[in-house]
This record gives sequence, C-alpha cells and structure tokens, in this order.
Amino acid sequence: MIETARYRLLLGLLAAAAIILFVLSLTVGPAAIGFGESIAALFDSKEAGPLALIMQEIRLPRAILGLMIGATLGLSGAVLQGYLRNPLAEPALLGISATASLGAVLAIYTGFSLVFPLGLPLAALAGAVVAVIVVQAMAGMRGGALTIILAGVALSSLAAAMTSLALNLSPNPFAALEIMFWMLGSLTDRSMTHVWLAAPFMVVGWAMLASVGRSLDTLTLGRDAAASMGVDLRRVQLLAVLGTAASVGAATAVAGAIGFVGLVVPHLLRPFVGARPSRLLPASALGGACVLLAADILVRVIAPGKDLKLGVLTAIVGAPFFLWLVYRTRRNLL
Amino acid sequence: MGVLSRVVAAVSALVFAPAASVPAIAAEPPHRVVSMNVCTDQLAMLLAGEGQLYSVSYLASDPSASVLAGEAGRYAVNHGLAEEVFLMSPDLVIAGTYTTRTTVALLRRLGFRVEEFAPASSFADIREHIMRMGEILGRQEKAFELVAQMDAELAELRAQPSSGKTVALYYANNYTSGAGTLVDETVKAAGLVNIADKLGMQGTSQLPLELLVLEKPDLVVTSEGEYAAPALAEQGYVHPAFKALTGGRKAVNVPSKYTICGAPFTLEAVRIMRDAARTQEGKTQ
Repeated sequence: MIETARYRLLLGLLAAAAIILFVLSLTVGPAAIGFGESIAALFDSKEAGPLALIMQEIRLPRAILGLMIGATLGLSGAVLQGYLRNPLAEPALLGISATASLGAVLAIYTGFSLVFPLGLPLAALAGAVVAVIVVQAMAGMRGGALTIILAGVALSSLAAAMTSLALNLSPNPFAALEIMFWMLGSLTDRSMTHVWLAAPFMVVGWAMLASVGRSLDTLTLGRDAAASMGVDLRRVQLLAVLGTAASVGAATAVAGAIGFVGLVVPHLLRPFVGARPSRLLPASALGGACVLLAADILVRVIAPGKDLKLGVLTAIVGAPFFLWLVYRTRRNLL
Repeated sequence: MGVLSRVVAAVSALVFAPAASVPAIAAEPPHRVVSMNVCTDQLAMLLAGEGQLYSVSYLASDPSASVLAGEAGRYAVNHGLAEEVFLMSPDLVIAGTYTTRTTVALLRRLGFRVEEFAPASSFADIREHIMRMGEILGRQEKAFELVAQMDAELAELRAQPSSGKTVALYYANNYTSGAGTLVDETVKAAGLVNIADKLGMQGTSQLPLELLVLEKPDLVVTSEGEYAAPALAEQGYVHPAFKALTGGRKAVNVPSKYTICGAPFTLEAVRIMRDAARTQEGKTQ
C-alpha cells in the first residue's frame, strides 16, 4: 500500500514538473516577452497582433513537440529495456532513431513529402521498423546484451552515412548543412503542421507500448517462464516493435534524432518504482518529457541565437552516464 | 601517371623558372586570363576585350549564382583547382580573397601572377573593383564607362522619394543582412529601412522567426525558390507564422545573384525593392 502511495506521489511530482517545464518553455525565446503578457497572448485571437502569432504558431508547437517527443523517448526506452532485458537499450543506441532519420531524409529531399505530406512520418516509421527488426533478429539469435548494442552501432553508422550521402547528393547546397539537424535534433521553429503530422503516430505508438506493461512484468521472470504463464510473446513483440517504430519514427521525422533520453530516464526512475516495468512506463514517459523540455529550454538560454542542437545537450549528460552504466554492468555483460 | 607527370612539371616550373614568369606590373595587358571566383568572373566578363578572358569558374554558368550565366558558356570552365589552372598556362589569374586559398598560394609559388578581389560590401567597393579590374586588364576606358553609367543610374534611383517603409531580408536558414553588407546598401538606396539595422545586427546573421514576427516589417524580401530540390533551410517560408506575417501576399523575391557579387547589375535589386514598395503603397491607399 505504502509502495502504491509512493508511486502515485512520484507520478504526481513528475507530472507537475512536466507542466512547469511546459509553461517555462512557452515563455523562453528570442523575442523578449514578459511572462504574464506571453500567457495572455496564448489565448488571444490570432488577429490580435504579433505576440499572439509568436505564442500560438511558434512557441506552442515547440513546447507541445518537446513534451510529446520527450515522452516518446522515455517510454520507448523503458519498453525496449524491459522487452530486450537489456540495460543499455534505447532508440538512439539501437539505431532506430538513425534509420528513422534516413527514412525522413529520403522522403523530404526527394520531394516526396511535398506531394504527400503523410509520406514523411510513414517513411521515418518504415526506417524505424527496419532497425527494430534487425535488432530483434540479433536478440533472437541468443545474442547477449552486447551483441544487440553492437548491431545498433553498426546500424547507426550505416544509416548516418547514408543520410550524409543523400544530403550531399542533393542539388540544394543547404541540404548538406542539415546533416547536423538529422543527427542531433532540434525543435527550432517547428509549427502546428508538424504537431498534426506527428502526434497521431506518437499517440498510437504510446497506446501500443503502454499495453505491454503487464507482460513486461512477467517477462522479468524470463522468456520461458513468461510463456508458461500465458504471455503471448509474439503479440508483445509485435506491439513493442510497432509501437517503438511508430512513436520514435514520427518524433524523429519532425525533430531529428535525439539520443540518450531513452537511456537515462528509465535508469534514473527505476529505483523509485520497485523495478516493475509496468510502473516504470508511465513514470519514464513523464520523466522523458521533463528532460527534453528542460534541454530545449537550456539550448535557448545557454546560446541564444546560435541554434544549438538538442542532441548536444542530451549527449553531454547521457554519454558519461552510458559509460558509467557500461562500467557498472560489464561483469554481467561479459 | 598523369598526376605524377603534372607534379613533375609543377616542381620543375618551381625550381627552374621562378623569376622568368613573374612579370612586374605588365606593360602589356594580359591576353590569357583565368578567373576562379564567380564575382571576378562576372567583372572580367563585363570588361575583358575580345579573346582576353580564357576561363571562368563553374559557378559563372550557374543561373542562381551568376547574372551572366548565359555568356559564361563562351569560356573554358575551371573549378579553382591548382592543377587545372596550371595546365591552362594563364598569364594572369584572378581570385577572390576568401575562396580557393590553397590554390592561390600554390599558383603564386609556381610563379603565376595572381590578383585578388575582396567581396564588395558597398557601392563604393563596386566602383573601386571595376576600376581596378579595368586597370589589370588594360581596359580602363571601358571600366570608366561602366562606372559612369552605374553612378548615373544609382543617382537616379536615389533621387526618387524614399518611402521609409521597413523591410526584413529573410533568406534560407533565417539569415538576414545587417549593417556593412552590400544588401543593406541596396535597401538604403531603395529608400527603405532595414529592420536588421534597427535591431543592431551587423553583417550577415540569423534573424529568429520570432523577432521577424515581432518587428512586423512592411515588406519581406526573400530569395526563395532558387533551387529545384527541397531543403529544410527553406521551411521558414512555409511556416504558418511567416505566412500570417506576409498576409497571404507573396514576399518580394530578390534573386541573390544580384547581391552575391557587387557589379552594375546589383542596381537591379534596388529596382525590384523600390517597385515592390511602390506597388504596396498603391494597394494600401
């Protein structure tokens, strides 16, 4: 009982933090607008003036995407760690973000997404599916935790190289500069169009990922034990694969690949939820949203006007954490 | 083998003939000129005598970068590589001060005469560059003619009443041109006020979409649609906030080829902006 109360308190705190960061994200930007003024402009009619336009068309979509993409990364990281029973699993390390980027890049720079806007998230989703299937195949062949991570590294490098190639071959000279966006991610000047394009895929992906929570609890006892207790492993696999691909694919299609959030957040929160995956999932989603919103606020505060990429910040925090994690778990891994 | 023999040729040229091929300021104008920069390409094309200019850079025939793209086909193409320029054996190489640095250094070591031009950032620079190019090519008279004509047209444009409308220059990746740039000079010559100046921006820097919306300029000048292939750099032009700002009217498109390089054709940018301001005035009244 006490544990449940503590869990509810944790979720409440995380949700409150996410709301506070969401509001902060709305009030930070190059145009110096006062706090009260900016919140008021959020609810003005769009014809009211430039402030309403800035709040509703520039900052609101940015904050919404920060919240949703952060939740996507946190949730998918938690599911992947539970499903693959691998502490190092997360969308970026497994190459899912990089292949989703490649899919999105192909859709945008060939002009396909101009003709058919839904082609953008769909192409990113297709890219993500390829990565998840490769990782899945590696994990299935009695691959240890390291095998999966190595496959992810190979996949990431290949996808990154192909992305660079596609952008370098584009006749538009600006395309090559955009390699940075696709590798490190950014939410600068996203619009409501991006929200509407990505949100449905992310929500469907969340629903799929959330539905595997209970099965993941049973999976902690081992695959065979879980199967004997009536867990439909094929169904879990399908939901985890498609859920990750849909949500991470859509997130990457509009904001580029953002690393380490899905790795760090579940690890930080696991001690508070009693190592139960079904409880970790909602907590990780909220935690991921907090982390990404905070990172997106920081890029605007630390280096205003420099368009610092999100992946730079998440890697500064995430990469040392990853190394520490490898150090701590290497006895189990090797 | 081809590379090796060229290297051998280059080295022997360096060793055996350094003094002979460095003419002091040539009494006789050069007759085989190679230009390696899109701006010097165009100035040379405007000024050179028949058969004097041998090669221009590949950018000279790119219609999005060069106003004289149509005429560039008459010359051999170079890519600013030392090897290819060496094999053209020019008696004068013209380059920009920012590009092809290693090539310029190598060509100088090999004894070629290289003249460099800094990018023009004002009409005074353009005047000076035309005169200097005329001197180098031994075409002072033609240069004088061009400058006189440009000055007359510029004076005529400046004499027209200024509308005092505000204008924002909004290029791919949110870039804008502030004080000290050629574009800023054309804005002033068009009788307009550049909001980048109001915001205290120097040179070419990024103007966040938020600030653009906040400043609400009367005119927005873009250079969109220069490339057939899409890129995220031009996404700013389809952002709902940008569209709301221009109010459904198309932004004024000033092709960047007029302002990348300073030349008499830069006045075309002034004309486009002035006309756009006048058209808008007519509509609002």
